[in-house]
Amino acid sequence: MKCDKCDQPATVHLIEIVNGKKIEKHLCEQHATEDGVAVKMSAAPINELLEKFVLKHSPSQEADEVQACADCGMTWEQFRKRGLLGCPGCYAAFDDALMPLLERAHEGGNCHIGKAPRCAGTDELRQQRLMQLRRELEQAVASEEYEKAAGLRDQVNQLERDQK
Amino acid sequence: MRGGGPHSDVVISSRVRLARNIAGFPFLSCASRAQRDELVDIARRHVLGSGIAESMLWVDLPDSPPMDRQLLVERHLISRQHSQGNEPRGVAIAIDESVSIMVNEEDHLRIGVLRSGMQLDDGYAHANQIDDILEGKTDFAYSSTFGYLTACPTNVGTGIRISVMLHLPALVLTGEIEKVKRAAKDMHLAVRGFYGEGTESTGDFFQVSNQTTLGRSENEMLDDFQMGVIPKIIEYEHAARHALADRRAHVLDDRIHRALGLLTHARLLSGDEALALLSHLRLGVTMGRLKDIDLVSVNELFLLTQPAHLQKIAGQSLDGEQRRRFRAEFVRKRLGASRSTGSG
Repeated sequence: MKCDKCDQPATVHLIEIVNGKKIEKHLCEQHATEDGVAVKMSAAPINELLEKFVLKHSPSQEADEVQACADCGMTWEQFRKRGLLGCPGCYAAFDDALMPLLERAHEGGNCHIGKAPRCAGTDELRQQRLMQLRRELEQAVASEEYEKAAGLRDQVNQLERDQK
Repeated sequence: MRGGGPHSDVVISSRVRLARNIAGFPFLSCASRAQRDELVDIARRHVLGSGIAESMLWVDLPDSPPMDRQLLVERHLISRQHSQGNEPRGVAIAIDESVSIMVNEEDHLRIGVLRSGMQLDDGYAHANQIDDILEGKTDFAYSSTFGYLTACPTNVGTGIRISVMLHLPALVLTGEIEKVKRAAKDMHLAVRGFYGEGTESTGDFFQVSNQTTLGRSENEMLDDFQMGVIPKIIEYEHAARHALADRRAHVLDDRIHRALGLLTHARLLSGDEALALLSHLRLGVTMGRLKDIDLVSVNELFLLTQPAHLQKIAGQSLDGEQRRRFRAEFVRKRLGASRSTGSG
């Protein structure tokens, strides 16, 4: 079947009901695009063609969207390059992105089974606090704020004493 | 390496390593120099002050001469990676060399226990005990979901690496070793060389170790090794040795005596050649086909003919050519002495 407007083969077939009357249109891709009844299929990415879908990036594409680790500042991209994480907090920061990688590396294993330290579960918050204090301490020493550093050092020591 | 232990005809050593990181510090990739220094201080204080072994040495690696570092690698007390670089790091070693704790390698602590022969249970029990002692002194980074947190996600969970060093000359001679390697890989086990990670298997020595650490307990992993993989490999090696002795005894004896001939007469010996010849000598001794050489002497030669050991014995640094000469002379004397005393 040819296009209603030219000799090209019709690829878009439209049936409209206007005031109870059936109108058939047969158009080539170019005329269909001009009339606004179709979008130019070949150039448009699939996510612009479909109206309803769920978008799920694969982990490697997720790089830009994964937030850097708040504890050490490491980005997902840096981790991918080095293969080493920056701090214990990275495991929580990169949780979703890490999971498929862990499952691949550990034959599907994604949750710890085995020995746990006596303190397990009681002090993850304290560990984070210690980390933060140590970071501030580093900064204070670097900027030669020794009084502040001494105060922070006391807090670190106190926290360490508390945990034992 | 030197001792016997269960199944010592095939199993050279068993090793268990636990990776741990001290809570409240970043991993080493993000640690400043000051934090690395502090980690060394903390680890050294706790490790040396906990009565882990009757006597313990501490080696500050950046201050150690290259030869000493190389010596520690040759004795399997530190990794090659740990022997290089000048960042603050060290190793604590029990005087009997059964324990080595690397500080600031890839993780803050790598607790390693080494046993002769097949003694994984004993090795793990000891490593676990050291872990408990250290945990009483400092918190380790841990999450209930991911277990012990490590710098590399491939070690997270139990943080355990179980390794068994095997001597499999008969499987190499019969060409069946490839089947064993493939089977081990199918079971997600790594097969590495004489010096572990990053090394190809040299000659007839193979280190088999686990690669997964998340989702299975320490005891499950140990059972896999002790009840499954290792006894099977030992069985295959024994079968290959018997087949050789039954059907191709002249070929087997030729290999063994050729090795003995070269070792007792060569004037130049490279490290690789020594390793290959000593391997055949060891086969002859463990199969009872060489009566007047004992296993301990052969095992010692594996250790002492490595470059840093040779130079320590010579009391001076030797270049490649000098080492080959000194090695040949040393082996000739050792084997001559071992045979003339008729020990074993």
